[in-house]
Order: sequence, then C-alpha cells, then structure tokens
Amino acid sequence: MVTFDWEFAWEILPQLLEAMVVTIEATVVGFAFAAVLGLLLALGRRSETWWISRPAGAIVEFVRSTPLLVQLFFLFYVLPRYGVRLPAFVVGVIGLGLHYGSYTSEVYRAGIDAIARGQWEAATALNFSQRHKWTKIILPQAIPPMLPALGNYLVAMFKETPLLAAITVVEMFQRAKIISSLTFRPLEPYTLVGVLFFVLSFPSALLIQRLEARFGTR
Amino acid sequence: MVQDNDRQDASGPMIRFQKVKKSFGDVHVLRELDLDVATAERISIIGASGSGKTTLLRILMTLEEPNSGVIYVDGEPLWHKKVNGELVEADEKHLRKMRGKIGMVFQQFNLFPHMKVLRNVTEAPIHVLGTPRDKAEARAKELLDMVGLADKMDNYPSQLSGGQQQRVAIARALAMQPKVMLFDEITAALDPELVGEVLGVMRQLAHETQMTMLIVTHEMGFARDVSHRIVFLHEGQVLEEGPPEKIFTNPDHPRTREFLSRVLEH
Repeated sequence: MVTFDWEFAWEILPQLLEAMVVTIEATVVGFAFAAVLGLLLALGRRSETWWISRPAGAIVEFVRSTPLLVQLFFLFYVLPRYGVRLPAFVVGVIGLGLHYGSYTSEVYRAGIDAIARGQWEAATALNFSQRHKWTKIILPQAIPPMLPALGNYLVAMFKETPLLAAITVVEMFQRAKIISSLTFRPLEPYTLVGVLFFVLSFPSALLIQRLEARFGTR
Repeated sequence: MVQDNDRQDASGPMIRFQKVKKSFGDVHVLRELDLDVATAERISIIGASGSGKTTLLRILMTLEEPNSGVIYVDGEPLWHKKVNGELVEADEKHLRKMRGKIGMVFQQFNLFPHMKVLRNVTEAPIHVLGTPRDKAEARAKELLDMVGLADKMDNYPSQLSGGQQQRVAIARALAMQPKVMLFDEITAALDPELVGEVLGVMRQLAHETQMTMLIVTHEMGFARDVSHRIVFLHEGQVLEEGPPEKIFTNPDHPRTREFLSRVLEH
C-alpha cells in the first residue's frame, strides 16, 4: 500500500503551480481566441453572401465533428511538413481556440436569434448603420444571456488543456507526468493536479450557476 | 426595370403608391395598390386584419420589399433608384437616404431595453444624424416633456408601463425629424386604461405639427378626430376613401359599412 507523502507533495507543489500558469495562460488566450472566432463564425454563417456563409458553416460542422486531440496532432505534426512551424504553446492555443470557437459560434447564433425581430426593425426604422445595429443594439442585448453558456465552455476548455501535453506543452499535467516518471511516484503529482483543477473549476462553475440564475437561462 | 414615366416634383404628393403588389407565399397582401398622401396630410388606414394595412406601412419603412410597383416618397422612388432615367433596384445606400425621411412607431414599442429612456431617444440623432450630444439631449428632453415623461429619462424601459413605453417610442421617432411618420396600431398592445394617454399625445402631435402621418388603427373615434382622410383597405386595395365625416357616417361601399358596423359595436 502506497501512502500519501505530504512532504513530497509539498516539495513538488511549486513546480506544479509554475506549470499551472501555463495551463491558465493556454485557457485564457485560447478562450479569447475562441470567443472572437465564434462571433466571426456566427456572423459569417448569417451572411447573405454564400461564399462567406457556406465556408463558415462548413468549418463549424467539421471542427465540431472531429476530436480536439486529432486536431492538435494535425496542427503540430502535419502543418510543419508544409512549412508552418509554430511553438507548441501557440499550436495548442490555436487548436483550443479553433475547437471551442466552433462551439461558441453556436452559442452566439442562438443568442442572436433570441433577439426579437422588433429590435432589428426599430434599428432599421431609426436608420442605424449595419455596424451600429450590431455593436450597439443587438450584441449588447444578446451577449449577457450567453455568458453562462460561454462560461461553461470556458471551464470545459480549461479541463481539456491536459491534451496539450500530447503536443509537448509543459502544462500542469505534463509536469506531473514528468515528475512521476522521474520519481516513480504517481500518487502525489496526479492527486495534486486533480486538486488544483478542482480548486479552479469548481468556483468557476458556482459563478456560472449564479450567472444562470441572474439571466434565467440554462 | 420600370420606366420612370411619372416624374415627381415638389408639388407632388409626399407619398405615392403605384400598383404596389406584395405577397407572402400564396397570400396576396397588396394587390396593385394605388394611394397618394399629400404633404402634411394625416390619413388613417382602416380595414379588417389581413387587409394589408400593416404591410403598407412596413413597405414604406423598408421592412418589407414589394414584389412590384413603385413607391415615391418626397418625390423620390423608395425601393428604386434612377439610373439614366430608368428605375433600377435600390441599393442599401439609397434605402438609408430614404429612411431618413420616414419614422415609425410600432405596436410592440420596440424600445431598446438595455438603454435608458434618454439614450433611447438620443442614440439615433447622435449616431445617424450627427447631432452633437448636448443638442440631442436638450431636444430629447423637450420631446420627453411633450409626451409627459421628462421625469423618466433615467429609467430603463422595463421600469415603465406600456403606455409610457409607447410615448417614449413616439418621442424617439420624432427625434429623427422625419417628414413622414408611420403609426402601426400603436395602442393595440396596451391595456385599455393606458390607451388614452397615448392617444392624447397623438392628438396633441396632430395639432402641433405639420408632419405627414399614416396611422393604422382600430380606434375609430381617434381616427375620426385626427385624420384628414380615412382610407379603407380591403383585400390589398383601397376600396374606399374620403373625409372622416363621410366614411364614418355615410360610406358608399357596403363592405365599408359592414366593417364599420362590426368595429363600432364594441
């Protein structure tokens, strides 16, 4: 029976916390990318121009129907063969952003569709430009109710960052793997990784529940 | 393309519908509708539901595109643009120019819920007309005062009653200083006890301004009081029109009589 060695856990904690910074960075940057890309894809799908709406739709459907891990491998191992060489972290962030952008685009789409037709019509009657309609009338109403759904994807993305270990990014899980293989002690590093993930995702989930209560959506 | 035979000039009507057709699928809502509205004229459009009243306004506001026919507003084609003397389909730029002449108040108010009352009224003057903020706010306060809501300018629409929201919507449309105002059943969504305050504002507006107004309403007493002319629509055409005294007391057409007897019973 292996017992939990508190002293060892304490010893490796700083290394894991350091790696957690990478995890958080990947989540924040990846999600910022996903949030912007999702909006662009949602707007693209609504476009009346077929050569914008069709590719946007195709990207969303394709990306949503393929595993993130395969996408990450493709970006990391296949693209360099065509001369696209990017650091592992950048590839990871692009992969996360692309994958979750295709999900958030559906959130945006539903949120925009939920705005009453009368809002568009009033904006037309007041002669607002297309840009003003979107940025000042429609999106400011559509986005707040989307926040819980976007938040859920943020937490989901955070919990999927260990996949970046597969393309050599030394985030928290990869660091735990390295520690475990060097010390032959898997219990403490993996337990700590689990605890650290929990410590961040659980309060986030609670926060999202409060947002949901506030906006009355699920 | 349509030949532009009927050139409009300053002395022409403010609004002219020429053989305007609109259908939704198999439902023909407007059937070659012809209608002129003079400058500063106030007309009320009445008729059974489905007769095309609302569609007529929505086409004028460019919310629906007609299938055929030509509409002139202030001497210029609305849904077309003149290129070398011929009418071709209007582009967004032309539509935006034409929309500047027209304002609309909706049945469902359609205030922007995320903006306070004052900003609902100033947003378009500032960002569409380019009015400086201080001037736009001063004007908005005047208008809100006129509709009796000067004390509500820092409230959100959701904090107002339906009647108050509709009065803000009227102020918001007026703030754009349109030449033509369209009122689409603006009391239909209100609780009965709130109808009076909105009609009161409308009566005042009718007496104080020289704006051309097209009013779609089921409030016959109101229509009679404020309109120069009543237009009775039936199955997408103008079946009968005339001064209120005539239409409401001695209409020529049996359909008009039938319609009025039904609505005046209530």
